[in-house]
Amino acid sequence: MERLLDGILVLDFSQFLSGPSCGLRLADLGARVIKIEREGSGDLCRELYVSDTKIGDGESTIFHAINRNKESFSINLKDPEALKKIKKLIASADVMLHNFRPGVMTKLGLDYDTVRQINPGIVYGEVSGYGDEGEWKDLPGQDLLLQAVSGITYLSGSKDDPPIPMGIAVADIVAGTHLGQGVLAALYRKQLHGTGSLIQVSMLESLLDFQFEVLTCFLNDGNTLPVRSAVNGAHAYIAAPYGIYKTADGYIAIAMAPVAKLGELMQVGSLCRYKDPEGWFDNRDEIKAILQESFLQRTTADWLCILEPEDIWCADVYDYEDLLAQEGYRLLEMEQWVVSNAAKVKTTRCPVTIDGEKVTGSRGAPLLGEHNEKITRGFGL
Amino acid sequence: MEIMKGMTPPLKGITVLEFAQYLSGPCAGLRLADLGARVIKIEQPLKGESGRKLAIKNMWVDESSLLFHTINRNKESFAADLNDPEDMCCLRALIQQAQVLLHNFRPGVMERKGLGYREVAAINPSIIYTHITGYGKQGKWAKKPGQDLLIQAMSGLAYTTGSASHNPTPLGLGIGDYLCGNQAVQFILAALIRSGKTGKGALLELSLLESLIDFQFEFLTTYFNGGRLPSRSGVDNAHALLSAPYGIYKTTDGYIAIAMMPLRQLNMALQCGALDAFDETEAFARRDEIKSVIAAHISAKDTAYWLDRAGPLDLWIAPVLNWRQMKEKNGYKILDMEQEVELNSGRTFITTRCPIRIDRRKLYCNKPAPSPGQDTGTIKNSLL
Repeated sequence: MERLLDGILVLDFSQFLSGPSCGLRLADLGARVIKIEREGSGDLCRELYVSDTKIGDGESTIFHAINRNKESFSINLKDPEALKKIKKLIASADVMLHNFRPGVMTKLGLDYDTVRQINPGIVYGEVSGYGDEGEWKDLPGQDLLLQAVSGITYLSGSKDDPPIPMGIAVADIVAGTHLGQGVLAALYRKQLHGTGSLIQVSMLESLLDFQFEVLTCFLNDGNTLPVRSAVNGAHAYIAAPYGIYKTADGYIAIAMAPVAKLGELMQVGSLCRYKDPEGWFDNRDEIKAILQESFLQRTTADWLCILEPEDIWCADVYDYEDLLAQEGYRLLEMEQWVVSNAAKVKTTRCPVTIDGEKVTGSRGAPLLGEHNEKITRGFGL
Repeated sequence: MEIMKGMTPPLKGITVLEFAQYLSGPCAGLRLADLGARVIKIEQPLKGESGRKLAIKNMWVDESSLLFHTINRNKESFAADLNDPEDMCCLRALIQQAQVLLHNFRPGVMERKGLGYREVAAINPSIIYTHITGYGKQGKWAKKPGQDLLIQAMSGLAYTTGSASHNPTPLGLGIGDYLCGNQAVQFILAALIRSGKTGKGALLELSLLESLIDFQFEFLTTYFNGGRLPSRSGVDNAHALLSAPYGIYKTTDGYIAIAMMPLRQLNMALQCGALDAFDETEAFARRDEIKSVIAAHISAKDTAYWLDRAGPLDLWIAPVLNWRQMKEKNGYKILDMEQEVELNSGRTFITTRCPIRIDRRKLYCNKPAPSPGQDTGTIKNSLL
């Protein structure tokens, strides 16, 4: 298949997750992505061992997940000779990405204003933690810390819980996605007009955008803070019955549903008085407490049999083991093997089907400096 | 449009037809609009899309909710009855001139209206046709409602958040919708790049479930290759795969977040003697014990005290803020993240801007969401 980004060359100077997740998406879509890594140690994520699970020769599963389908060029950016090589490489590139703290690329002589002298058409993408000005600009752009300052920890969990962070590196992933959007839009403009661009995102602005619906509510509601539901909190701004409930043998998720109808179907008389939708938000804790009590009486499968045919929006709650056993999951063919010189790793694929074909790629993450020779020769460095 | 004075918006000249409702499709349309595309919502006459009637906290701007106005600013609206031959004739003319079509109906709906990919590509072979579903188009899940909480529950995501003793805990935002819409933007842009080179159109199919699986790719890769289910930490869980001290800790007057750092370094900053009993190699296996020790120590002093200790050492520690506290900080104010949108009635509301900066400019656009069918006449005239 002719891929969407065939012929695009990306130099990715970034580390960990935010920048590299953008590079990964560009690689999945057909761009040639070369990681520019520090000689000796490389992307610090190579050393990030997760939950004691390592693969191959002590490699990090996370690094392999993020860096499949990329090449690696290792170099000492502080060495003037090496810097010349990098600049030559930059002259041929369409995109360069980095996520160093503000000022680092300027010290290396690879900031946007310098780079555009070499290659005026380049799309230069950067991710920071907090933007490049103001008192927070030099703070570490770390996911949990960004979640902490962005207010997002007051949206998950229930009323009496402490602030609860989202258990996935959401700031990194959302910022990486926004960077991808900006870079691709700029590449489109470059194709039409030949103009290069500087694209900047920050993890903080990205987390604010991620909260745009509820933040807009707050900004127009006299700055009234969100209050999480006291019972089975699932979304601070949504009425009962929205939530995940414990059943006799597991859990069930219930989205928006008419409370009185739910009471009828579940044969819970005390719910039938909540006929007016207006009361489902204000009385959500008492409604949800009654529901929780009732859901304990039967198994998840029983409840699904009762509720699903009546068009109540409900679902079982799966862990990965349950999920992988489902037909609906298998039909998505989300899993793929990637093979590298370090390891063979099972991971997920790019989440899109293009012209009827699922987007896959079997090339695993590179060893540090694995492609130095090929790149040196290929670009006459 | 004062979105980018003095510069060419990257998507200038692109027309997007958005046959979408609620969040997943419309948030993709919003981003494309903020990047310079002309986005036309195709809506049912009078009633408009269903999202107009969905409000949070019962907040309304006019006939449509504040939520709708937040997601649909900077768009036009064209009213069309998909069962009316004359309206369909107009739509076909619009399709001929558009570069992108985006919808999030359940599988089969657009096909029944004669607007499946095959029919649309016959009218305009270079169109980028994008379809967002809940679960893909195959199997019995294809008929399930593509609702965010349900897909969070089914994707395993609810077992990543909250601590071990909590029920499975959903993430408190429409994250499946949001991520899927944002990914759609990336794929649409990449397809526009190919189309610019080769003239070829594209069919892009995404689902909320695939997007949430992709979101969990680090967890799933670790599970596939290690065979163990992730288990949330028993104490202040913040990431099921990470060692102590990663988490949020209560102080006398609030909370602080502590990210990954060697225990010895943390010990030096906090002067927490009880941490001496643990070795770095145990930071994952004994994380609950270690975090309990840290939690007890942190709870004795206030937030400012701990931040003062951590600051000079450049440690990965931050205060936990709510939105009110955040709004007070200069680090937030300097982002200029808020913008005022002025409605046709003269009323205004405040929302956030596009989070992407281009050539050092922040992108603002205060054009309000359209009323249903507001631009039908103008658009029809331009088609003649």
